Amino acid sequence: MFDILNRVRRNGILSEALPELEQPDAAVEKLQRQLQAVFGRALRIRHVDAGSCNGCELEIHALSNPYYNLEGSGMAFVASPRHADVLLVTGPVAVNMEDALRRTYDAMPEPKWVMAVGDCGACGGVFGESYATRGPISAVIPVDIVVNGCPPTPQVLLRGLLQITLQRQP
Amino acid sequence: MTLDLLLQEGCQLPANVPARQVPVDAAQWIANAQRLHDQGGCLLALWGADDRDRDGVFRVFAAFLLPDQLVVLEHTLAGANPVYPALDPWFPVANRLQRALYDLLGLKADGGDARPWLRHGGWPEYLFPLRREVGATQSYANHPRPYPFVPVQGDGVHEIAVGPVHAGTIEPGHFRFSVVGEKVLRLEARLGYTHKGIAKRFEKLSLQEGHRLAARICGDSTVAFSWAYCAALEAVTEIELPRRAASLRALALERERLANHLGDLGALGNDAGLAFGLMQFASLKERLVRLNQEVFQQRYLFDYVVPGGVAVDPGVRAVRALLDEAAMLELAVPALRAIYENHAGVQDRFRDAGVLSPELARAHGALGLVGRASGVAQDLRVDLPWPPYDRLRPNRALASAGDVAARVQLRFDEVMESLRLCRSLLETLPPGSSQLALPAAESGRLGIGLIEGWRGPVMIALETAADNRVRRCHAHDPSWQNWPLVEYAIIGNIVPDFPLINKSFNLAYSGADG
Repeated sequence: MFDILNRVRRNGILSEALPELEQPDAAVEKLQRQLQAVFGRALRIRHVDAGSCNGCELEIHALSNPYYNLEGSGMAFVASPRHADVLLVTGPVAVNMEDALRRTYDAMPEPKWVMAVGDCGACGGVFGESYATRGPISAVIPVDIVVNGCPPTPQVLLRGLLQITLQRQP
Repeated sequence: MTLDLLLQEGCQLPANVPARQVPVDAAQWIANAQRLHDQGGCLLALWGADDRDRDGVFRVFAAFLLPDQLVVLEHTLAGANPVYPALDPWFPVANRLQRALYDLLGLKADGGDARPWLRHGGWPEYLFPLRREVGATQSYANHPRPYPFVPVQGDGVHEIAVGPVHAGTIEPGHFRFSVVGEKVLRLEARLGYTHKGIAKRFEKLSLQEGHRLAARICGDSTVAFSWAYCAALEAVTEIELPRRAASLRALALERERLANHLGDLGALGNDAGLAFGLMQFASLKERLVRLNQEVFQQRYLFDYVVPGGVAVDPGVRAVRALLDEAAMLELAVPALRAIYENHAGVQDRFRDAGVLSPELARAHGALGLVGRASGVAQDLRVDLPWPPYDRLRPNRALASAGDVAARVQLRFDEVMESLRLCRSLLETLPPGSSQLALPAAESGRLGIGLIEGWRGPVMIALETAADNRVRRCHAHDPSWQNWPLVEYAIIGNIVPDFPLINKSFNLAYSGADG
């Protein structure tokens, strides 16, 4: 026990300040207003891998490490779509996941938002469209915000999440 | 034909490890598979090719891993509905490999399980997407079909269905538990949810751009897969990689192993109720990938390995920073290991959970880390060392208990060994160039890249077409071999221990689904 406490003390607090944001565009501003009105910053997030290579998942995991400390900003991952406000979707949509993705989206209560994560989620990425994939997330469910990158860094993911929640009303 | 004779038959196969290609007929296919099995060989991969446009036939290939080389049997099949002799009586892993081969190419094994594996209803039953006449971007209506799981009957037996969407941030797959009370009688997994048609996609690419797709077969093993692809391509074009490039690739591969092992050690502590472990190891992992970003300009080293070498050559200052980091980890990891090993609660969860016995591991051809935790002494870096591992002489980590504790112990041991290898690589980094221009590849040649990734052996079989195009590219992840073993390891354990046991295997979904 002493070892554990000692290590915790020596490590100190690693969490860094949340990233600065640039001025959002009109579409994001509309999203912000809607979300602010309902939740402030207390977003609950559900993640679905719709066919990703697992690269984006590594960075989504990193959001919870002490450096990015997502929960410290008021946001948290939840285990069920029924508890979620935002759906974080990765991957080009594999046809084998199409049905599960749609059902997950349908299980979320209104109001709800969808964030497409990574180049694959944005446009299909290196996999494109084929007999096995439908390409971008927006080909299967409505998407509100897109975060690019292969994979997007935790900073970029955080910025995406904050953009729709953090900015104060003018 | 005896095994000795078989191993002199056929021809040498371009690869980064000793490899032979042996053309066989149906009778020899069976006889040789049996002999390879008796000699302790394991079936690594099974794939096929539609060569009707070239010589009117289909081909089926089986790659076997022997202690000193890779043997690829090649069997030619004529006709519109080709059938080949099933391998699953000797190699249980063939069960799912045969089903996947049928789903994609329509080559049928003459026995065994006939349930679809990769085709969940996203394309028509008698359409085989890897056949040449099927367009690369064609898509079809989706009719998801229920899967006939093997039922378990008896007093008080009930089923728990989990997935494909799980509670945490992990890849999708379906697990069907048959349980009495909390005790698991049987687990059957259904995978294939992340099948992305990668093999078909490869056929649209040039040899020079294929490594980018290979890097995205399995995101946590991006270095292993892109190295395997580049090794196959370089073997076909017969170039010798500059020694500096080989060392930098090995450095990247060991850093990939470090990042994944650190992440897993944290997650395993967390699954045993020690959140402290998760936060400590997640911090160490974050520091490691941040240094990757600084030195190699990519946190997870995507696209770092490129045909002919590596994308970024670190300078002297970067080498210093990497050595400093190694020194930091050499202190931090043993300190955390002592905490794990002295923590009664954690050890209580780790020990005797999810036991995979050495006999079962051997019989099923367990690969990589999972095999080594159950006494299967197999590590390509030691057994078939390709440059620079031939001069590095890595030590093999080994355990025999086969439980979660053994898989944790193995990760700790491998972290320390990888740190030693990184140190050695950095201290003896050869001078010279780290990238070489590749000559054009001859058409119709087959090359193999075989790399020991952090999970185990990762293989790419690459066949070239005219104009520097990819004709066929087959990727194999060791998770194919190890997934069925999770189903054995869970038997008799309680359902709430499944996340911990599953995490201790940490197998790939995307890597195996293709």
